[in-house]
Amino acid sequence: MLQNGDTAFVLISAALVLLMIPGLALFYGGMVRKKNVLGTIMQSFILISLVTFEWVYLGYSLSFGPDVKGLIGSLAWVGLSGVGAAPNPDYAGTIPHIAFAMFQCMFAAITPALITGAVAERLRFGPFLVFSLAWTILVYNPVCHWVWGNGGWLKELGVLDFAGGIVVHLTCGAAALAAVLATGPRKDHGRHQIVPHNLPMTLLGTGLLWFGWFGFNAGSALAADGVAAGAFAATHLGGMAGMATWCGIEWWHRGKPTTLGAASGAVAGLATITPGAGFVSPGWAIGIGTLAGLVCYGAVLLKARMRFDDSLDVVGIHGVGGVLGTLLVGVAASKLVNPAGADGWASGNAAQLGIQALAVVVVGLFAFAASWLLLVAIRAAMGLRLESQAETIGLDLSEHTEAAYGE
Amino acid sequence: MKRIEAVIRPSKLAEVADALAECGISGLTVEEARGFGRQRGHVEVFRGAEYAVDFVPKVKVTLVVEEARVREVVAAIRAAAHTGEVGDGKIFVLYLGEAVRIRTGETGDRAI
Repeated sequence: MLQNGDTAFVLISAALVLLMIPGLALFYGGMVRKKNVLGTIMQSFILISLVTFEWVYLGYSLSFGPDVKGLIGSLAWVGLSGVGAAPNPDYAGTIPHIAFAMFQCMFAAITPALITGAVAERLRFGPFLVFSLAWTILVYNPVCHWVWGNGGWLKELGVLDFAGGIVVHLTCGAAALAAVLATGPRKDHGRHQIVPHNLPMTLLGTGLLWFGWFGFNAGSALAADGVAAGAFAATHLGGMAGMATWCGIEWWHRGKPTTLGAASGAVAGLATITPGAGFVSPGWAIGIGTLAGLVCYGAVLLKARMRFDDSLDVVGIHGVGGVLGTLLVGVAASKLVNPAGADGWASGNAAQLGIQALAVVVVGLFAFAASWLLLVAIRAAMGLRLESQAETIGLDLSEHTEAAYGE
Repeated sequence: MKRIEAVIRPSKLAEVADALAECGISGLTVEEARGFGRQRGHVEVFRGAEYAVDFVPKVKVTLVVEEARVREVVAAIRAAAHTGEVGDGKIFVLYLGEAVRIRTGETGDRAI
């Protein structure tokens, strides 16, 4: 039975998730050097188009279509055939099926865009497009089916992932780690200082991401109801706690709080609360956001010590945040918050933590291995990186014949 | 005839220019410059990682004055550019061999 309120809410939420893509483009774009800002923004923007094509003609059916052995969706809904105004009660009984498909389309589009931050400033545009398309088919669609698809094996096991801690943040974090290893560091890494060229742009992007995140998480309730309101609250509380914690640690550790620290802490908190947004109480949301600031700050420091060139800290913030948040759902989830969820360890169900940990290990290993093989294959077939001279000139001129800023 | 080069804070340029105008200086050249002195530059922090910024933005003002006016002009620049904090800059006074006004061909002090 269609509900107007639910339909309006999910459509607006879908639009909010779309807004996260330009938000991410600015977030990343400000952190690179000015010769790479357009190339970096383009790597987010173009996926709105590329992944939507994939989603319509393949991805939606693979992710949410009729189940095949718990592993993948069948091709019955290719081209969105049969996906129309009538609701699909398996996913959301009060909104048009097409609204659900479009809402999920936005998730599929932003996930590969998140990966690009790890290998920013050195990837050629052509291989990047091939990777993003293949990755969406080989990694995102299957994992999406396992966790959220009707009949998916992890869903059947009872894994909890409200809005994408596993499906979005863990998969992109694992792929980012593979991409860093397969691509290698920027030629200037460790020799010259590489600093953000426009932090106000990054902060504007953070604001847009936070705004869009309300659609990402609250919209995942797929109805304008109490669960959506709880997810909205948890999202905000997780983000603000992450920001406060990161700034506090930085102040203590480095002597001064920074704006990039505030932005990083907010994104870490938002990413970490995502899997639990609709399952945990406000108190737990603040606790999860606080831990996110603490743990992700440590992860980013560790990266510098290990000399990985994860340019914009995708592994340290999204990967680590995704893992942390997914595990914490197993502790903090409560049926009092969401009767459709499950109880976690704190409510007497320790087994939930085991299920969450299993999902983290299996999806993490799968996403890492598949991404790595894919990248190695692309590297052998067409190369991944810019030529040395092109890397010196920057992505903007060498890949797009444009300059972001005039003389 | 002396050439005076003053490396100063960009924020002090307007005050220095006013002070020189009061001294009756008829021309000067301003360049954007970057550099550091005994205190080196400063440290910036991005996501917990420190980056040393050795070259701090400065402005270099160059002018040429008659021998007799050097002391007065240097004092005026110093007074206008002074804050008392590290990084106020330096003034160099150099011997100058010759000056030529391109339009008229005048040389020496008359070309200043």
